[in-house]
Amino acid sequence: MNTPDDIDRRIIVATQGGLPLVAEPYQAVADELGLAVDEVMARMQAMLDGGLIRRIGAVPNHYALGYRANGMTVWDVPDDAIAELGEQVGALDFVSHCYHRPRHLPHWPYNLFAMVHGRDRDEVSGKTARIAKLMGVKDRGHQILYSHRILKKTGMRFTT
Amino acid sequence: MVPAQSLSRQETDLLNRYQRDFPLEPRPFAAMAKAMAMNEDDMLAMLADLQDRGVLGRVGATVRPNRAGASTLAALAVPPARLDSVAGQVSAMAAVNHNYAREHEYNLWFVLTAADNAELDRVLTEIRVATGLLPIKLPLEAEYHIDLGFPL
Repeated sequence: MNTPDDIDRRIIVATQGGLPLVAEPYQAVADELGLAVDEVMARMQAMLDGGLIRRIGAVPNHYALGYRANGMTVWDVPDDAIAELGEQVGALDFVSHCYHRPRHLPHWPYNLFAMVHGRDRDEVSGKTARIAKLMGVKDRGHQILYSHRILKKTGMRFTT
Repeated sequence: MVPAQSLSRQETDLLNRYQRDFPLEPRPFAAMAKAMAMNEDDMLAMLADLQDRGVLGRVGATVRPNRAGASTLAALAVPPARLDSVAGQVSAMAAVNHNYAREHEYNLWFVLTAADNAELDRVLTEIRVATGLLPIKLPLEAEYHIDLGFPL
């Protein structure tokens, strides 16, 4: 994975709040940074290819659209099955993030985390039941931790 | 609670098609408009309207979380009566960039970022000393899915 250089960082800083909604947005960014538009686009493409930029696109506000329930589902699965189950669960379109994290026994037996979104808790629990069905006997226990308050959320910010 | 916004069919289609693969070409909105049998001006107006209604956060790049430093998810089991004050103590720390209250014995969940792992441990110790509660540290061991948006 490539490390962004100073110009890459300036492009990220200039665009992370969103591209301007004008006919030629990359030109506008290029003008702001004193770069050629071709360089801005080529560098963004390179950052996409290298994985530093995950995607370029419309970022909906799910909360405003009625996706008000967010459940962090946590699963205790056998260690030797976690990679396979992680891939399967992560591929579900209603799972936005899927991670392997360590257990903290005896308090915390769960080693697989999957973030499930829905309009309400019924929808989230229905989707969680689909994950449980997919896992079958490898689901040795799971819970849904609903978020009821966001206390602090600072987006990933690059600074120059 | 603010009521949920509803979307027209065309708006839903737009948001489902372009949560990724926004065109990297000089006139991206014209390219999107063409793909959706619209014109460029109407496309820009539709996006501006979605943004005004609060439905669209932005059109832009989603950057991979910083892997140069160290980060971890951590959780605390806070006695309910102390949740607000402990949450305030945790949120006040510069190393904390997400902090959520969740319904569980472990009811406070936060993400820490720092220059390195030793610094993460120092921050966790600071939290333990300040709150008298023992955080569990749950760093990422593997990621199975890159967030590519989800269908509306």
